[in-house]
Amino acid sequence: MPIKGKTVLEDISVEMQLGWYRQMYLIRAFEREVYQLNTAGVVRGTAHLYIGMEAIAVGACTAMREDDLLTSTHRGHGHCIGRNLDLGRMMAEILGRSDGTCGGKGGSMHIADISRGMLGADGIVGGGIPIAVGAALGGRLKNNGSVVFCFFGEGASNQGSFHEALNLASVQKLPVVFICENNLWALSAGFADTTAGASVANRAKSYGIPGNNVDGNDVQAVFQVTREAAAHARQGLGPSLLECATYRWEGHSIFTKREIRPEAEIQQWKERDPILRLRSELLETRGVPTGKLEQIEAAVGVEIAEAVRFAKASPLPDPLKATEHIYTQQ
Amino acid sequence: MKTISVAEALNEALKEEMRRNPLVFALGEDIGRMGGLFGVTTGLADEFGAHRVIDTPISEAAIAGAGIGAALVGTRPVMEFQFLDFIMIAMDQIVNHAALYRYMTSGMVSVPVVMRAPICGGIGIGAQHSKSLEAWFVHVPGIKVVMPSTAADAKGLLKSAVRDDNPVLFLEHRLLYAQKGPVPDEEYLVPIGSAEIKRTGTDLTVVATGRTVSMALSVAEKLSARGIEIEVIDPRTLKPLDRGTVSESVRKTHRLVVVNEGWSTCGYAAEIMSVVIEDCFWDLDAPIKRVCNKDTPMPVATTLERTVMVSEEDILSACLEVAAT
Repeated sequence: MPIKGKTVLEDISVEMQLGWYRQMYLIRAFEREVYQLNTAGVVRGTAHLYIGMEAIAVGACTAMREDDLLTSTHRGHGHCIGRNLDLGRMMAEILGRSDGTCGGKGGSMHIADISRGMLGADGIVGGGIPIAVGAALGGRLKNNGSVVFCFFGEGASNQGSFHEALNLASVQKLPVVFICENNLWALSAGFADTTAGASVANRAKSYGIPGNNVDGNDVQAVFQVTREAAAHARQGLGPSLLECATYRWEGHSIFTKREIRPEAEIQQWKERDPILRLRSELLETRGVPTGKLEQIEAAVGVEIAEAVRFAKASPLPDPLKATEHIYTQQ
Repeated sequence: MKTISVAEALNEALKEEMRRNPLVFALGEDIGRMGGLFGVTTGLADEFGAHRVIDTPISEAAIAGAGIGAALVGTRPVMEFQFLDFIMIAMDQIVNHAALYRYMTSGMVSVPVVMRAPICGGIGIGAQHSKSLEAWFVHVPGIKVVMPSTAADAKGLLKSAVRDDNPVLFLEHRLLYAQKGPVPDEEYLVPIGSAEIKRTGTDLTVVATGRTVSMALSVAEKLSARGIEIEVIDPRTLKPLDRGTVSESVRKTHRLVVVNEGWSTCGYAAEIMSVVIEDCFWDLDAPIKRVCNKDTPMPVATTLERTVMVSEEDILSACLEVAAT
């Protein structure tokens, strides 16, 4: 299926678009801050930045209901912010501090917040896909009405867990929306070199479920197809698969210093900046004054500064915690 | 008391727990319409329906992942892996996810899943359907490992496993399925983490697991006639191990033989030996001996399979040797 062109939705209000703009801008600012803190030696371990892909998390997360659930990936900060997790606690987790979302035990790749329906980022490529299916299976038993949104990269579509999970979700007609963020590159291996058929969405056909391609740098388009897929799931019609075309601007992780992707390709994708695209739409089509966007940007700056202050002020975890939380105490 | 088989006892446990809690459900290959390859889930689908007794595709990673996801939203899945050998397809889900979730979230969530699987050989189905990999899982922090030896323990432990908030690997020796034993009529639980002294004795402690418990008891009767009194301990829960019961017994008898049907090298028996050496080395009057399956894959032919698997004669000669030292 061809990538859908620019989508203009009648029912999208300016307020909603401004909300998207704020969140996308926030994700990028957060990731840039993580990068800076890593350079300064404050981040514990590494982090996989979501810069360039913001429209997917924001478009998809705003199509969710409060009681919906999601699973994420090693590149999961965007999904967490899309789901309105506490920024200070997220940053504290990335810094390995005691007030982190997961008490400093998970780190960047394992942020979870069940209270926000966020079942967890996941350091194993494809690891979260069967878990999303299980959350839907358990949800059916509890009759909780939730749809589960399962984010993963194009690399995960070559894991057995992807195929096992899609098949199981389809035969059980479970309410799952599989969202593939195809950023064209694994650490160093290109999509075309590793993925037969050159399409993730087409794999949906094998499992008898809808598969759609969407421009992953168009937040409205992502919102629309996700909302349609969620409605499909909520009607009891089963899962669907969305393939969002996008690109990561930075290296695979902050650790990855050597860039092997063609410079021209990187530049080409930067010209398709999802944030600038929405910005132009707001200014030119919607007639929003520049000052309004600058106001949002300044407020985001304050939020990030506060998150960093909170994280840095948080103490390192008590060493005794290292042996806690392996089993429940019963 | 009634007398029922281990398979029937497990079936009763599942039915009772599913009646008790509507959030308990079962999933696995051929567990619904067929009632499981070994019949453990017989009748469950009729009573509880297809949404609580789910015949899954042959997709072990998806079964395990689905169980984990379902547990995260507050249900209690009991998964059946048709053979423990097949669970290796699901190792990422079990070791990287089920075992780690609670730890990586500092206790925000727990993963109350039960993973049932038949183990070991004895029915001539070869190296890919006959392994005893309990040591692999005992090694991993975050998983509990249970291995019953009698019908009564099988029922009480499975009920406890279903109520446990942690991932529990529940290992069922397939030669025990048909073995009958007394089971209380009233409801009961066998706590996880508690060993049982199956026979008291003064001269030698035998720690035996699963099917080898009854073999050790038979050896104990034979040696009693020769004036050697063996204490037989069944850990019942391989992890967490009831270390106190084992050490206390060795302090009394001063001698130890460990019997386990896994492979010998880095196996479960080695762990029991290490624990005893740490806890009561100076109480030992003789070197410890372990009796395990041979360090080979499981062959099919009767003569070969018997050679590889622990026999009563192996246990008897080890006991005689340690008792005589």
